[in-house]
Amino acid sequence: MANTHSAVHGGHHPVDPSVPAEYHSEENSLRIAGFWIFLGSDLVLFSCLFATYVVMHGSVAGGPTSKQLFDVTGFTIETIALLFSSFTCGLATYEMRRGNRNAMIAWMIITVLLGYVFLGFEIQEFVHNVSIGATMQRSGFLSAFFTLVGTHGCHVTLGTFWMISIIIQLAKYGITPITARKAFIVSIYWHFLDAVWIFIFTVVYLTGKVI
Amino acid sequence: MSGIVNWAVHFFMLDEGPLIWLSDFLIGIASVGIVVALTYFKLWKWLWDNWLTTVDHKKIGIMYLIAAVLMLFRGGTDGLLMRTQLSWPNLHFLNADHYDQIFTTHGTIMILFMAMPALIGFFNIAVPLQIGCRDVAFPYLNAISFWLFFVAAMLFNLSFVVGGSPDGGWTSYPPYVENAFDPGPGENYFLVSLQITGIGTIATGVNFLLTILRMRAPGMTLMRLPMFTWSVLITSIIIVFAFPVLAVCLALLLIDRDFGSHFFTISAGGMPMQYVNLFWIWGHPEVYIVILPAFGIFSEVVSTFSSKKLFGYSAMVVSMIAIAILSFIVWVHHFFTMGAGPGVNSFFGVSTMAIAIPTGVKIFNWLFTMHKGRIEYKSAMLWAVGFIPNFLIGGLTGVMLAVPPADYQYHNSYFLIAHFHYVLIGGTVFGVFAGLYYWWPKMFGVLLNERLGRWHFWLFMIGFNICFFPMYFLGFMGMQRRVYTYPAGYGWGVINLIETFGAVLMGIGFLVFVLNILWSARYGERDVTGDPWNGRTLEWATTSPAPHYNFAIIPQVKGRDAWWLMKQAGESINGPKGIPFKPIHMPNNSGRPIIMCAFFFIAGAGFVFQWWIPAIIGLIGVVVTMALRSFEYNDHHYIPVDEIEETEAAAGRL
Ligand code: HEM
Ligand SMILES: [Cu+2]
Repeated sequence: MANTHSAVHGGHHPVDPSVPAEYHSEENSLRIAGFWIFLGSDLVLFSCLFATYVVMHGSVAGGPTSKQLFDVTGFTIETIALLFSSFTCGLATYEMRRGNRNAMIAWMIITVLLGYVFLGFEIQEFVHNVSIGATMQRSGFLSAFFTLVGTHGCHVTLGTFWMISIIIQLAKYGITPITARKAFIVSIYWHFLDAVWIFIFTVVYLTGKVI
Repeated sequence: MSGIVNWAVHFFMLDEGPLIWLSDFLIGIASVGIVVALTYFKLWKWLWDNWLTTVDHKKIGIMYLIAAVLMLFRGGTDGLLMRTQLSWPNLHFLNADHYDQIFTTHGTIMILFMAMPALIGFFNIAVPLQIGCRDVAFPYLNAISFWLFFVAAMLFNLSFVVGGSPDGGWTSYPPYVENAFDPGPGENYFLVSLQITGIGTIATGVNFLLTILRMRAPGMTLMRLPMFTWSVLITSIIIVFAFPVLAVCLALLLIDRDFGSHFFTISAGGMPMQYVNLFWIWGHPEVYIVILPAFGIFSEVVSTFSSKKLFGYSAMVVSMIAIAILSFIVWVHHFFTMGAGPGVNSFFGVSTMAIAIPTGVKIFNWLFTMHKGRIEYKSAMLWAVGFIPNFLIGGLTGVMLAVPPADYQYHNSYFLIAHFHYVLIGGTVFGVFAGLYYWWPKMFGVLLNERLGRWHFWLFMIGFNICFFPMYFLGFMGMQRRVYTYPAGYGWGVINLIETFGAVLMGIGFLVFVLNILWSARYGERDVTGDPWNGRTLEWATTSPAPHYNFAIIPQVKGRDAWWLMKQAGESINGPKGIPFKPIHMPNNSGRPIIMCAFFFIAGAGFVFQWWIPAIIGLIGVVVTMALRSFEYNDHHYIPVDEIEETEAAAGRL
């Protein structure tokens, strides 16, 4: 059904078997392209938060510094969980291309669970910081830290909800060009968050542990 | 009990005196009047089905423009209030607090709730028609963008009568706007409503970028795009990269105010300069976001009314690209005086001056387009011709401001005020009026009256110059911006009085425009051809207003000025006779965008007043409406061939 949907966009191409399902129909490829542009603007958003964090890194106002605060075990586990979830998310796309719905759903569920592992550790870190008085009201540095890392965390949280809704749709409708496109877009989003985390890991945690 | 009464009196600002009572009264009357009228004439269903739930770019464009004209009225009233207060030394028509609030709402409304929606309105009206497609890339998202803007504008305007307006200027610099100095909901209104409309604007940027890149009719190569569409393409790119910066800037300040963090405070390591940098990294590109589409409108108007193709098409495109790139590397010119040092200031001074080069190229191109053309001075053309000298004055004084040592003299004086009003009014507002006169028949099927149009132009243009030209000199004479009154004896009084007179003329000009709209609606000449100006681009190839589906058959484009070529060759927009119509696939209307944005409004009010329960309800509502959209599979319909045949027959295109 869905590959005849070219909405308002005029003509559509005949289905070419070498083109993956998510690109069947003009509208799908349009939406995927649109999402890439949106990610470009999200990237600018994160860049500004990074810039602010870097500028404010030293503004500790007598409070805890990054060196004192960051816990190596915690952020290492977070990093491993999130990187691994990107891998499982890739596997889900792989299974999608092979038309293997159940395996695809399974990998997506694992991805979501790994996302929750990541979030669990992040929340634990935040709670711990707050309990020792390192709140975002304490200093400019902490305001910037919580906002940057928290914004990423919110993105991940939203991503898990989104992925769950796609899992439900996959279970209901199977792999169609529409569900394939939706799953593909959420996977791009997920990989993007992973890439942002690499920067948080390096710029915030690793660097913060050294200087 | 009396506690509650006191709270309510303060909350609804009844302790602020008669100006607010009057506003309360007028707003109340107007709202009741609208509800009663809609109910009496049984228009609710019509309103809901045809407008509130529409995803049609043409209707969304009209709604943007209506809102923008209303906001122009609101912002203009603010302006007149300020001019009244300043018309003579030592006046106390407004007190300092009120004056501060009014210049803040004036600037914010004019840039974000007037200029932006007016231009985005034209994006919607013209771009899909100009590139020969049936709607934007994401019609549903387009409706969301509009309603986000709309609820944000409502929230912002509410501040006038509920809780107090922001008073930190449209730039809203900390540390003044932090809680310590500026408590209360006022600044929160600014931060939250700009945040909401900003999200909508990013979506618009993505939408039009994709529309132009991916949905052009066959044969419409990039270098055949109408110049207005080119300007929208470039503007969309700037929007996508600039608006997230504003989002961060506003969010950080709001976090400071709502949750007590220390981004921009002067204690606990806050850095107010970081705000100023972020604001202008968005702010300078923003001024080009509001001027480039106006340039695009002028390009269309000048070439149409000179009956010539646009001179120097490629040079126009290259200049716009150059302006777009440069616009991101000049932001420091807004704060040369904050002590960045000679190296930095010189760099930004030179990069700023460089923008004058591509801008100059464009001016010459318009002049050469008119050169030896058969010029018809219709109202739209008057605005375009008036724009050139006025904008030139604004641009040249901009270059003066770009010289850092000299800027120490004029920074934040009336010289600066004059500069940016010359570019924003002489450029953007003139462009909006040109666009309104030009596309009015396409939007409503009626021409605006030319005689009233000329009165509108001359009153407004002359009033504008009387109001703003003397400000350059006031600036030299030492008058600073944002002062609510000034002592006698500096020789500023008479000049200010003359300016106020000019402002009144502009106000009268605006009223003539309103009269023109009303008069034309009833007696105006109907546009039966769909092509009243002997136009060149594809929007003039269809009926006015265009049918729901725009083009029964997607046109084949053979060159620049596609419709002109078709007319020369005697071709029909539907191609050779006898091509059978096919059912046309269109998106369904949806009530969800407006409902989702109502939740944005609730969440926004929560963040303004720090009422966390409504804030959370609002945010959950937003997420739930989004999720519901994800589960909607049946979101389109087909227009049957009979209906297309009927419409096309009525338009005489069979
Ligand atoms: C040749 C092009 C231009 C140049 C060289 C230029 C230069 C400048 C400079 C140096 C300033 C800062 C002055 C100061 O604060 O002391 C400034 C302010 C401003 N310019 Fe321009 N400008 C140009 C075009 C425009 C255009 C096209 C617009 C908008 C349509 C615009 C809108 C503004 C605004 C709104 C401000 C003041 C913002 C504020 O402080 O509230 N300018 N311009
Ligand atoms: Cu600027």
